[in-house]
Amino acid sequence: MHDSGLSISSHLPAFQIAVPLLSAVICVLIRKARAAWLLATTVAWAAFAGACVLLNRVILHGTISYEQGGWTPPWGIELRIDLFNALVLIIVTGICAVVISASLTSLSMEVPEKKHNLFYAAFLLCMTGLAGMTITGDVFNIFVFLEISSLSSYALISQGATRRALTSSIQYLVMGTIGGTLLLLGIGMLYMVTGTLNIVDMADQLAMVGPNRTVLVALACVTVGTSIKLAVFPLHIWLPNAYTYAPAIVTAFLAATATKVAFYVLARFIFSIFGVELAFEQLHLDRVLMPLAIVAMFAGSIVAIYQTDIKRMLAYSSVAQIGYMLLGLSMASVTGLTGGIVHLFNHALMKSGLFLVMACVLYRVGSTHIDAMRGLGKRMPFTMAAFVIAGLSMIGVPLTVGFVSKWYLVSAAMESGQWPVAVLILLSSLLAVVYIWRVVEVAYFQEAPEDAPEVKKAPIGLLVPVWTLVFAIIFFGIFTSLSAGVAGDAARMLLGAGS
Amino acid sequence: MFDPGLLNYWIIMILMMTGLYTVIAKGNLIKKIIGLGIFQVSVIMFFVSMGKVRGGTAPIAGEGFEVFSNPVPHVLMLTAIVVAVATLAFALALVVRIKEEYDTIEEDEIRELEAGEEG
Repeated sequence: MHDSGLSISSHLPAFQIAVPLLSAVICVLIRKARAAWLLATTVAWAAFAGACVLLNRVILHGTISYEQGGWTPPWGIELRIDLFNALVLIIVTGICAVVISASLTSLSMEVPEKKHNLFYAAFLLCMTGLAGMTITGDVFNIFVFLEISSLSSYALISQGATRRALTSSIQYLVMGTIGGTLLLLGIGMLYMVTGTLNIVDMADQLAMVGPNRTVLVALACVTVGTSIKLAVFPLHIWLPNAYTYAPAIVTAFLAATATKVAFYVLARFIFSIFGVELAFEQLHLDRVLMPLAIVAMFAGSIVAIYQTDIKRMLAYSSVAQIGYMLLGLSMASVTGLTGGIVHLFNHALMKSGLFLVMACVLYRVGSTHIDAMRGLGKRMPFTMAAFVIAGLSMIGVPLTVGFVSKWYLVSAAMESGQWPVAVLILLSSLLAVVYIWRVVEVAYFQEAPEDAPEVKKAPIGLLVPVWTLVFAIIFFGIFTSLSAGVAGDAARMLLGAGS
Repeated sequence: MFDPGLLNYWIIMILMMTGLYTVIAKGNLIKKIIGLGIFQVSVIMFFVSMGKVRGGTAPIAGEGFEVFSNPVPHVLMLTAIVVAVATLAFALALVVRIKEEYDTIEEDEIRELEAGEEG
């Protein structure tokens, strides 16, 4: 593999972490809002390009193992990229790149310009942490990167325009720290049993040791810890406030990446380290996770229906959508896990699209309250059209990505004979129709109040990122080979390694 | 049930639950952060005592050094301590900002103020 002519490109995995990390420092130093934005955007798009190259390489040549500093694993720290995390890396860096491109226009509304360079520094740090968690092959590294991304996301959330951003941020900080510390405790117990921190080595050692109480407690700690970060119902309490009061850009970014990477970490621990047998046959994790997932699907959607702030409505809808991902995971079959992974990918596209639409509305109208949306269908046609398409995808209408993931989840439920679950998935989709329709009705079928100020179309700097995501929603809804195909191979790999 | 050799783990568990209880039960944000700190420190102590071998020395290759404590968990905790300090610093900074904005750091009073804003 190691070719001298390719020496730089063979270090590509390390660049995914090192470049955003160093650029964050430069962002602090340059002090100019526009220059910091330019740097952050360039870095994010470069990371996205790198992630695409990496996925292509994984598809062609198989799993990439990169030895940090030349130390061989399991002693040295390894970056390990397989189909699963290559896909997650693409979505993380891709969403980062799209969202940060939109931030130049949107951010000036909410954050004073002299703080912009620090904002971009925190943004890049968060991206570093998320990318690091995704590609590392070392469990302690997962904890460190988790805390890097968490601390910077608390800082990003606290930048919201109202004072409630501060209380939302500290609420998330307290819960997030408990989650992170529980994960660390679980990692400690795993280290006690196996004497290694390398994921592959740890899985081998655990298979030799077999299940004992320490391992089970470790599994419990890791599951609860990551579930807090993933906002699994009922550990989701931090999420609605954090998403509502954070700056619109931050919400679009975190909703599509932070919970997704937490899902990745949970799946990685369950399938690659503990193995299906231990998690689902010894501890019966599915009996805990599946009911929680189904309750989340309904509770999240029902609460969403009653929200008057659309940003908050979308936040509760996220709780419901996390339920779908968790449902796929808890089925522990190839189709189910494929559905979970592909929904991770798809939900990231549609939710960041919807939150970016909210950024447009906030930019032009100054509020995301449902009353502010009256007549917006005529006044901001391109923005609201994007909302409709992403909303249809949220419901799961064919030709959008939402349909693809629901299809996999429903067929997984049918496959394993759990037809009530399939019915519940369809029923909860109907709830999504209700909360999306509310907005559509207000925007298209109600006239704007007569005293409403003139509203211009959304600025091009926001519309282009929004429509990039909308285009992706339709593209991956029709051509599923990249998202669902890779997710399917990843699911087969995870389940194959686990049993 | 009670094994004196496991005393350190008992202490760690008591500390951990004290911390968690403080975070949940106390409404004062500073007390919450203190609880969070205790919680984190208990896990740090868990790692440190895990690596300790009775009668073991620092891992030095040489004559007279035969039983070593495991340095890896100890080194890991250097990073975890940094994380804990960063979290504490950031949390305190947030509390200062909350005090400026709300003029209180009691959670129930903050909630009342926020409820007033909405209604």
